[in-house]
Amino acid sequence: MINRSLLRQALPFLSLAVVLAATFYVQPRTMSYFGLNLMLQYAVPIALATIAQMFIITVNDLDLSIGPFVGLVGCVSATLLYNDPFLGVLALLALIACYGAVGALIHLRNLPSIVVTLGLSFVWLGIAVLILPSPGGKAPDWLKAIMSFQFPYVPFPIVAAVVIGLVVHVALMNSSFGVIARGAGGNPKALARAGWSLLWTKVSMYLLAGFFGVLSGLSLLGLTTSADAHVADRYTLYSIAGVILGGGEFVGGRVSPLGAVVGALTLALAGSFLIFLKISPDWQIGAQGAILIIVLALRAAVTYGEKRA
Amino acid sequence: MKNLAAALSGKPWIWSFVAAALVWLATITYTGGQGGGAILSAALSFATFTIIVGLGQMLVITTGPGNVDLSIPATITLSGVVAMKVMDTETSRLLIGVVAALAASFVVGCFNFGLIRLLRIPPIIATLSSSFLVLSTAISYGRGLRIKPPPPLAEFATMRMLGIPVVALFVLLLTIAIAVLLSRTLYGRSVSAVGQNMRAAWLAGFNVDRTRFSTYVLSALLAGVCGIVLSGFSGGAALNMGEEFLLASIAVVVIGGTSVAGGRASVPGIWGAAIFMYLLVTMLNTFGASAVIRLVLTGLIIIVVIVIAGGEKEQR
Repeated sequence: MINRSLLRQALPFLSLAVVLAATFYVQPRTMSYFGLNLMLQYAVPIALATIAQMFIITVNDLDLSIGPFVGLVGCVSATLLYNDPFLGVLALLALIACYGAVGALIHLRNLPSIVVTLGLSFVWLGIAVLILPSPGGKAPDWLKAIMSFQFPYVPFPIVAAVVIGLVVHVALMNSSFGVIARGAGGNPKALARAGWSLLWTKVSMYLLAGFFGVLSGLSLLGLTTSADAHVADRYTLYSIAGVILGGGEFVGGRVSPLGAVVGALTLALAGSFLIFLKISPDWQIGAQGAILIIVLALRAAVTYGEKRA
Repeated sequence: MKNLAAALSGKPWIWSFVAAALVWLATITYTGGQGGGAILSAALSFATFTIIVGLGQMLVITTGPGNVDLSIPATITLSGVVAMKVMDTETSRLLIGVVAALAASFVVGCFNFGLIRLLRIPPIIATLSSSFLVLSTAISYGRGLRIKPPPPLAEFATMRMLGIPVVALFVLLLTIAIAVLLSRTLYGRSVSAVGQNMRAAWLAGFNVDRTRFSTYVLSALLAGVCGIVLSGFSGGAALNMGEEFLLASIAVVVIGGTSVAGGRASVPGIWGAAIFMYLLVTMLNTFGASAVIRLVLTGLIIIVVIVIAGGEKEQR
């Protein structure tokens, strides 16, 4: 008898393996250091944005503004951070503080996060376009250097993804802070009665999300080397899908950082896979939907069995 | 004063109308009282499309936390493309086109529910994934053709009676029908019941599956109606015609006072919120704000409205 809960945790990894195997099968030349590097390089910013989303989902909220936020970070970094590092860092810190303030506002007024972040997405996008009306700017050299760093044997994106996943996993799953944070999603009332501050928990999760959103924007800028306000618009959907693909739930504080990173990798790979398949451009986006559905259907099959057993 | 406060707290939709009126007053104050009527008439005309899909989104959101229909934009596009292609500018094929477009929307609704119920995919992701498939279908079926709507459809979509758009009257009827559906029928009561507590509704003997199925299908059908009317209004279907309705449909539902936690719909609020959203853009235009400033202010004002209107009161 297979252990269902183990299977459930393994599912994101299995999905990734299947998509990876399918990609290798369709295009054997990708099975190399260079091929993997090229295919997965954009997985790093997507994984970071997915982690940011995961922090918000942990406390039962949803962030519909992470995509434009990542775009804004890129615009700020390609202009302010490039020209004046001190002011640039200050601006990025202010952006993270904004996230914390939004978290506090949502908690204190008991607001629906979907609407607040929906409004915020307009604000981020607008400010980004104000800073950089047309694509341009320059990535700081150190950023480009980090993102084009080449590890021996193992491609940089894989190392980065594993490190990000493990660090966040340890922090959220094995620390007392992580337990409280997930508890705030699981049973906020019980947590409050036990004497923990829900406000502070929510604010710290939003601050963390802002921090990882900034990291995502920086890493994306390091890859593209110039910024565009709209470059990350799709990240909002990618990040939500990544968290869910990775075994997270929308409510109840049930999330998995490693799973989220793997989910992001799967999504990034699926994009390349579909290009290699040479399906008509009309159906590119549809095929992405189909992949999502298939993976989630598999998960449904596994969790269904879990409840029965 | 206390009575007033009590009366207001039972009618969360009031705020959206207050906000709309304030924005309208600010606009005509700025223009020195000019064009107030014309602005309202235009607002009615453009807001109707948001109202149609907002009603569908409201039903879906009312069935409980986590329920939301992200496939509305893709369904609008598919319906518009199917309608225009089947009608093929011929007035005689108008009815077939409408039926075909609604049939396509119906299939989308069934598919959405199938994903949610059979595959147990959370509605956000389910409708998102299906929207990708629906959009691809629309792209490959439409093949970028821009076909003009048959003249009667275009006339219906743009006609005005005494300055009031005919479509707005049609949508008013639709709104009343939905309001009656919600408050007077078994289906409507079960939507609220399921939204408040799905398990309790099930134990009380409501048919939860049928309720959710009807809701997702209704939302898709309303998106289909919006697609048909919108193609008539704007002289044909376009592949990006549904785009702006993703955020708009959710925003009008919430600003209109419908509970995001489910179980409490606010039908009149959809009107107030949709008109408010349009008037807001008009006001910023009159003030001479650039597109970017408009974007930022729209976002900020949405947040301010929701902060003032307040969130969910603690239940239980």
